[in-house]
Amino acid sequence: MNSVEGLLTQIRGLSSTASDVLSLQNVLKQADESLHAKSTRLLPFLDQLDPSKHSLGYLYFLEACTAGPVTTESASSFVLIIARFISSCVAEQIRLAPDKFISVCKRFKDQVLLLEEPLRGVAPMLTAVRKLQSSTEHLTTLHPEFLLLCLLAKCYKTGLSILEEDIFEVDQPRDLYLYCYYGGMICIGQKCFRKALELLHNVVTAPMSTINAIAVEAYKKYILVSLIHHGQLSTSLPKYASGVAQRNLKSLCLSYMELANSYNNGKIADLETYVQANMEKFGSDNNLGLVKQVVSSIYKRNIQRLTQTYLTLSLQDIANTVQLNSPKEAEMHVLQMIQDGEIYATINQKDGMVRFVEDPELYKTCEMIEHIDLSIQRLMTLSNKLTVMDELISCDPLYLGKAGRERQRFDFDDFDSVPQRFNI
Amino acid sequence: MDGEDDAPKSLMEEMYANGIEGVDDAPSSSTSTTIRKNRPIISGEQLDIEAYAALYSGRTKIMRLIFLADHCDNSGMQLEALRMAYDELKKGENTQLFREVVQKIDGRLGPNYSTDATWCAMVDRKADQRKDKLESELNAYRTNLIKESIRMGYNDFGDFYYAHGALGDAFKSYVRTRDYCTTSKHIIQMCLSAILVSIEMGQFAHVTSYVSKAEQTPEALDPPSIAKLRCAAGLAHLEAKKYKLAARKFLEVGPELGNSYSEVIAPQDVATYGGLCALASFDRTELKNKVIDNINFRNFLELVPEVRELINDFYSSHYASCLEYLGNLKSNLMLDIHIHDHVETLYDQIRSKALIQYTHPFVSVDMRMMADAFKTSVAGLEKELESLITDNQIQARIDSHNKILYARHADQRNATFQRVLQTGNEFDWDVRAMLLRANLLKHEYNLRASRKI
Repeated sequence: MNSVEGLLTQIRGLSSTASDVLSLQNVLKQADESLHAKSTRLLPFLDQLDPSKHSLGYLYFLEACTAGPVTTESASSFVLIIARFISSCVAEQIRLAPDKFISVCKRFKDQVLLLEEPLRGVAPMLTAVRKLQSSTEHLTTLHPEFLLLCLLAKCYKTGLSILEEDIFEVDQPRDLYLYCYYGGMICIGQKCFRKALELLHNVVTAPMSTINAIAVEAYKKYILVSLIHHGQLSTSLPKYASGVAQRNLKSLCLSYMELANSYNNGKIADLETYVQANMEKFGSDNNLGLVKQVVSSIYKRNIQRLTQTYLTLSLQDIANTVQLNSPKEAEMHVLQMIQDGEIYATINQKDGMVRFVEDPELYKTCEMIEHIDLSIQRLMTLSNKLTVMDELISCDPLYLGKAGRERQRFDFDDFDSVPQRFNI
Repeated sequence: MDGEDDAPKSLMEEMYANGIEGVDDAPSSSTSTTIRKNRPIISGEQLDIEAYAALYSGRTKIMRLIFLADHCDNSGMQLEALRMAYDELKKGENTQLFREVVQKIDGRLGPNYSTDATWCAMVDRKADQRKDKLESELNAYRTNLIKESIRMGYNDFGDFYYAHGALGDAFKSYVRTRDYCTTSKHIIQMCLSAILVSIEMGQFAHVTSYVSKAEQTPEALDPPSIAKLRCAAGLAHLEAKKYKLAARKFLEVGPELGNSYSEVIAPQDVATYGGLCALASFDRTELKNKVIDNINFRNFLELVPEVRELINDFYSSHYASCLEYLGNLKSNLMLDIHIHDHVETLYDQIRSKALIQYTHPFVSVDMRMMADAFKTSVAGLEKELESLITDNQIQARIDSHNKILYARHADQRNATFQRVLQTGNEFDWDVRAMLLRANLLKHEYNLRASRKI
């Protein structure tokens, strides 16, 4: 107990300035093991520390306390403590011990899930994410945890707010895969299929040395969302996808590829029979909802194709071409599509005719100009970022070393960009 | 003045009533008093087998007759063809084909046309004797190493095998003469023999290679040979479904061909194949320059006046009569060994071209009039137009309510804006994904590097 008391005094004393905090960190690292040994008895000591001032110390104590197995009673008490800690801790101090913070938050998530109240965890986790990231472009291990809680609690909008930010720095590839996968699912839930496609595409084409289950599941969803959003699926992964993915992904998602094939053939009856036949398979992957959306999107695809060839068409003809049961159903579909802005048309109920018109956007309004201008700005910033990154890598000693080693393969004149010093 | 007013009016009427009025007198509807020699052989009427067969000689005559017998449904014609094949085979030495034909006849032509076992045995015996003789002669020549004799020896072998129907051996023998060819004439002879056998075997890849080989020695080529080589090249392209190239080759065949290539092709065939392929694949300017204004080809077209008429009708936009001629010709074309499996494709292409050409000059087209001009129903026409529009061959949109086709020209400005915005989005997406991937790779590389250290 004395060592704990002593530790507490040191924490209280050394938590004021930055240099003190650094020395405190060394002390705490040495004391870590002894803390863990006494984990069950540390709880009362927590009250003596103030999370907002002594964040680092509190963190170490908290981490030791929660080291044991999670039970329901301990969960309910700890959830409150951890939530309060997260909201009041100081970001700079906890960034000194990120792994501890991450493990505390993970246990927090487990406890919240054990109590079956994921909603309680959403807000604290969001705060935790914000405090841990060094910049908005940084992906931490907590991001996917947060998204998982959002998914389970069904508050998609909060999840979306995090997804709006672009990510450029990643700690662990696994975090990225999970983040993009969960993010994709949230976007699907919110029906932002474009963003979902982007996120899932990132998982599928990310560099990986072995195939992992996250990529496989992501690819299944990717196929379905691609069919809903674009009406087609590109049959091969782009060149920059890893070799492992290119070779293995398709064979692991065979029934989905079959679905895509039968979708492309355009015969609705075939598609529906195929879906019926493989119901349990899709259900076991939890993709049944998406599959149903795919089936309804094929009608939309066919109607859209009609706008390319016809100026006016009777509802009966639409029903026949798109294989719907009656003109009334055709009218409903067309109406829905007009409301969603997917086609531009007017329905004349007297004649039972639909008149397709061109996209009325004339690209002459101020809003459009502003939109274009903003896009240009955004792209210019992005382009600059790319140049900066290129320069950074060109100065990176590791890269230069490797390029220098390769130098004798090339002709003397070709490869001037590497200075002589790196010629091995 | 009045005359001038009348002329454009009648022209307009003619333009609208595109073929609804009576078709020009088809030459094939001539009376029976016409001399048989002047009657076109490939025409809309039922094929006159004797005249057809008289165009060809050698093995191709027999093969064509057999093909005719297999594919026509008129048993009278069938028996006629088989009878002629039998007679022709009796004059030759191909016992294998003979037995096949006898089997097909199946005794329907009476006792005179049944298996003549004695004849077969005699021919086979003579064949063996001749073969031994040729072999011993060839061996003698080979020991003497006289190039010319060896070449003649192999040539004779080739001819022997060809006459007996062993096409593979014939081809090999002809090809072996290549090493012993001394003058360019020899090379040409070898190439022509090889081409003949390859066409009979149906291996048109060889045909193309030997044609190009022969064309590399232009000094020895006389005009009939040039014409023969062009015909062979045209046939090869036709088999390969390269209709444009085939048309060009056939159109270049000069009138010197005459009947000199009857072992392969008749001038009527040159006209038919060339005309149809040209119609299916050429655009308007090429059609005018190479077919209609082509004096050489005009001589060929005289032999098949229906094809000539239909090309002219197409060019002058009388689509109904053009399609009518095509329909009439179809049954006879299906009996021709080279073109029968291309007839459907060529017809579809010609029909699509007609539809596209019809709609091209107009801003709006009344589909009812168009359906009359093409002798189909409005619904059928709508389906055809829909598939052409979807394939982007016609730039138009259908007003299904009023049954009018409106030409549609894309708005360049809007299209440009759309493309710009889309490209911007794609760039955005690609670059962000790329930066992310680069970061991952760097991370992995750092990880590996740190592990090594």
